[in-house]
Amino acid sequence: MALSSPLSPLGQSPPRPDGPGKVTGATRYLDDLEVPGVWYGATVRSKVAAGRIRRVDGDAARALGAVVVTAADLPGPNVLKVIAEDWPVLAAERVEHVAQPIALVAAPTRELARRAAAAVVVEVDAEPAVFETTDPATTLPSGRDRVLASCRSARGDASGALANPAVVVVEGVYSTGHQEHVYIEPQGALAIPDREGHFEVIGSIQCPYYVHGALEHLFGPGSVRVRQAPTGGGFGGKEEFPDMLCAHVALLARASGHPVKIVYERSEDINGTTKRHPSRVRVRTGHAPDGTLLAVEIDAVLDGGAFITLSPVVLSRAVLHAAGPYRCENVTIEGRALATNTAPNGAFRGFGAPQTQFAMERHMDRAARALGLDPLTIRARNAYRPGDVTPTGQVLGDDTSALECLRVAAERADFLRRWTLHERARAAFHLRGLPAPGIGLSLFWHGTGFTGNGERKMRSPVRLALLADGAVEIRVAATDFGQGTEVVLAQIVADALGCELARVRFAEPDTDRVPDSGPTVASRTVSVVGSALFEAGQLLANELARAGGVVADLLAGQDELVVEAHYEPDPTTDFDEATYQGTAYAAYGYGCDVVEVEVCPDSLATTVQRALFVADVGHAIHPVLCAGQLEGGALQAIGQGTIEEMRLENGRYLQDRLTSYLIPTAQDAPDMETILLEHPSTMGPAGAKGVGELPADGGAPAVIAAIENATGIACGDAPATAERLLADLLAGHVVPGGSSVDPFGLELAR
Amino acid sequence: MTTWNVRVNGREVSVEAPPMARVLDVLRESLGLTGSKEGCGEGECGSCTVLLDGRPTCACLVPIFQVEGRELCTVEGVAGTELDPLQRVMIEAGGVQCGACTPGIVVSLRALLDRDPRPTRAAVRESIAGNLCRCTGYERILRAVEELVGSEEADA
Ligand code: FES
Ligand code: FES
Repeated sequence: MALSSPLSPLGQSPPRPDGPGKVTGATRYLDDLEVPGVWYGATVRSKVAAGRIRRVDGDAARALGAVVVTAADLPGPNVLKVIAEDWPVLAAERVEHVAQPIALVAAPTRELARRAAAAVVVEVDAEPAVFETTDPATTLPSGRDRVLASCRSARGDASGALANPAVVVVEGVYSTGHQEHVYIEPQGALAIPDREGHFEVIGSIQCPYYVHGALEHLFGPGSVRVRQAPTGGGFGGKEEFPDMLCAHVALLARASGHPVKIVYERSEDINGTTKRHPSRVRVRTGHAPDGTLLAVEIDAVLDGGAFITLSPVVLSRAVLHAAGPYRCENVTIEGRALATNTAPNGAFRGFGAPQTQFAMERHMDRAARALGLDPLTIRARNAYRPGDVTPTGQVLGDDTSALECLRVAAERADFLRRWTLHERARAAFHLRGLPAPGIGLSLFWHGTGFTGNGERKMRSPVRLALLADGAVEIRVAATDFGQGTEVVLAQIVADALGCELARVRFAEPDTDRVPDSGPTVASRTVSVVGSALFEAGQLLANELARAGGVVADLLAGQDELVVEAHYEPDPTTDFDEATYQGTAYAAYGYGCDVVEVEVCPDSLATTVQRALFVADVGHAIHPVLCAGQLEGGALQAIGQGTIEEMRLENGRYLQDRLTSYLIPTAQDAPDMETILLEHPSTMGPAGAKGVGELPADGGAPAVIAAIENATGIACGDAPATAERLLADLLAGHVVPGGSSVDPFGLELAR
Repeated sequence: MTTWNVRVNGREVSVEAPPMARVLDVLRESLGLTGSKEGCGEGECGSCTVLLDGRPTCACLVPIFQVEGRELCTVEGVAGTELDPLQRVMIEAGGVQCGACTPGIVVSLRALLDRDPRPTRAAVRESIAGNLCRCTGYERILRAVEELVGSEEADA
C-alpha cells in the first residue's frame, strides 16, 4: 500500500481542477450551453392542492405555434419510478399538490413558450386537501393510503424501564419545518432527440443513472444517454427531482423534434420541487439522577408530501439516527411518513437524520435542566464509547469518537464556563436594550453510505482507463456539484498508483462512458466510490508493474486498458430490514458544534456570531474541501434553525421566492472555526468517513440551544424565528429559572 | 429593436435589443458572456453581479437603455489571459465549491479591493452581502481575501 508514502497526495489540499473555469466564468453550466435550434419548454401547473381534472385543452397553445404534451400523450407508463410507482410524470385524473405538472409546452422562444403555457386551459374541480400530520386517520381526497412508510427499531425494554418509579422521566415534542435547498443554479435540463427516437439528455443533476432509469421506464430500453452538465449546487435537491424534469424535456423533444431546454425560474423551482421533510418528534427519556440514560422512547412523524418518492429511505435514516450518539440499553423508536397534499418532500443533505437529531439534541438540553445538569455533563455521561451497542445491536468500533468530539469542542470553546456565566447573568436581571449573549452545543453522528445492505446490493462498479499518453482516466457516475469530487477521487487514485496527481483525469459523468457506480448521495463518494477506485488503482498498478512500467507494452496497440473494481462491504456484516437488527452503517462520523449568539431582547432577533465545528472525518483526504463541506453544511443547518421559514397557505408556500425565503448572507454567517479529527474507519480509503451530510445534523439544535442560554426561552421548533420565540415566551415555554427577555416590559414569564 | 453602445470589458460594443431588455440577457444571449448567471431574476442572489461604471450591480434588474454610453465589467473582464491573484486565492483557499455564486462574488470582491486594498473582515462581509452562496458558509471566501491581503502586505 502506498497510503503512508511521504509522497502521498492524501491529506494535501491541491487546487481543484474545475476552479479556473468557475472563477473566470468560463465554465458552461446547463443554461450556458449553446444548442443550435433549441426550443424552450414550459410547464403548466396545478393551482390547487387537490382536485379532479375536468379538462385540459392545448388548442390555443398549439395555435400559437407551440407543441403541447399532456398525460394522454405519454409513450409509456405515467410514472417516475423511485421506490414505489406512484409519482406521475404529468397529472392525469387528479392533481394532488399545488404546482403539480399537468401539461408541457415547447416553442422556439422562451417568451412564446411562456405565452403558450398560459394559453393551455385547465379545469379542475377542487377538493378539500390535507396538510396536517397529526391525525393518520384523515383520508386523502384521492383515497390513497396516508401512511407512505413506517418502521421501528427497538432494543431492550424501554416502556418497562420508563415505568420504574426510580427513573426520572422527561418528555418533549419537537418539530422542524419545510426547508428549501436553494442551490444557486436552479434546476435545468436539455434533451436532444435523434432520428431513431433516441435522446441525449443533459442536466444539472446529481444522479445520471437515476435519470437514465426513469427515462428508460418511459421510453424503453436503449433510448437514452444521460450526461451531467457542471452543476451549481444540489444538496439532495437534484437527486430524485431531475427524473421528472428530464422526462419533461425528453417528452417535449420527442413531440417537437427539436432540442428542448427547461430552466426553472426561482419561484417555479421553489414551488415545484422537493423540500426537506417537515417533522414532529415526541421524545421520552428515563434517567438516573446523574443523567445516565436508562430508556429512550421516540415517535417520529415525517410529512412526505403527495407521493412516496424517497420517503421510506429518508424515514429509515431518520429512525436509525434518532437516539443520537448516546448509549442506552432500552430504546424504542417508531417512525411514520404521512402523505399530505404538498409537493413530495425528498432528499436533502442529512436525509431525515437532521430532523430526529434536532429533537434528541433539544431534548438532551431539556433533560439536563430537569436533572439540574448542564448540557456538557449530560452528553459526556451518555456519549458513545468504543464497544457500545446501538439500538440495532451494532457494536461500535474503535473509531467511535463522540466523546472525543465533545471534549475537544468544549475545551476549545471554553463551553462550560461561558454557558454558566450566561445562565447566571440571565437569572440576575432582565435584559433591556443590551443584546443577550448565549452559547449552545450539539453532539451528533451520521452513518456513511447507504443504509443496511444497500451497498452490498449495489456492488458499485468503477473503472480506470490507462490511456496511450500515460494518463489515467477515472470513470464513475459520481458527480461533482460543488464538493470537489474530481480532485479528491484523483488524489485517491494517484495514491494507489503512486503517481503524480496531474496524471489522473476525471471523465465527465455520461451513461455512455461510465459505469453505474451509484448515485451521488449518502456521503458515499469518497467512502464507497473512493474505496473501489483505490482497489482499481492497485489493480492497475500491478498491471503496470508487470509491464515494467512501460505503458506502450501494456497497451500493446490498444487505445486504452480498462480495469474495473467493485465496492465490497465487509462480508461479516448484515442488516435485517424486517427486525432492524444488525449493521445499519459501515462507519459513523461524529461531530460537535458550538454556536454563539446574541439575541436582541426587544425584537428577539438572533445574531449568530461565532461557530466551532469539531468533526471526526476518519481521514481528511483534502482538508480544505473537507472543512468547506462542514462549514457550508453547518450554515444551512443554522439557517434551518433561525430564519429559513416556509409556511403554507392553501397548500402554497408563502415563502416561494428569494425575497421571502431567506437564507444566510455573508453578514448573517458567523465567524467559523473547524477542527478535523481523524479516527480512521475500516471502511473508506485510508479510513475516510462520509463528510457531506454530517454537518446538516448539528447546526439547528446548537443555535437554538444558544438562544435558550441567552434568553431562557425553551424553543423546541425549528426555525426559531423571532415570532416563534415570542410565541414560546407568551406560552410560558421558558427554562426553570425563567426568561430574561421582556420585549413589551410586561414582566412576562418570570 | 434599438442599437445600444456600451463599453463591455474594455471594448466598445454595439448591440441590438429592445430598450427594456435586461442587461443580463443582452450579456448572456447577444454577447455570449455567460459568466454572469441568473439565480433569481429579482435582485436577491447576486449571481448576475457586474460592475456598472465600477459599481456592483445586479444585471437582472437593469434594462439595457440605462447603460447606453456607460461601462460594464463582467467576470470575464476581471482577469486577462492569466488568473487574477484574487481568483487564484479563491480556488486555493476553498472559496469555490459549485461555482454558481463565484462569478458574482469575484466581481463584488474585485470592486471592493479596488476601492479598499486592505478591507476589514466586516467590510468583506458587507461587500458580498448581496451575493448568496449556499455551499461554502462564506468562511473560506473571507479567508481567501485575508490571505490575499496578507500576502500582498508581505510582498510590499
Ligand atoms: S439573478 Fe440577479 S440577483 Fe439573482
Ligand atoms: S460555491 Fe456554490 S453557491 Fe457558492
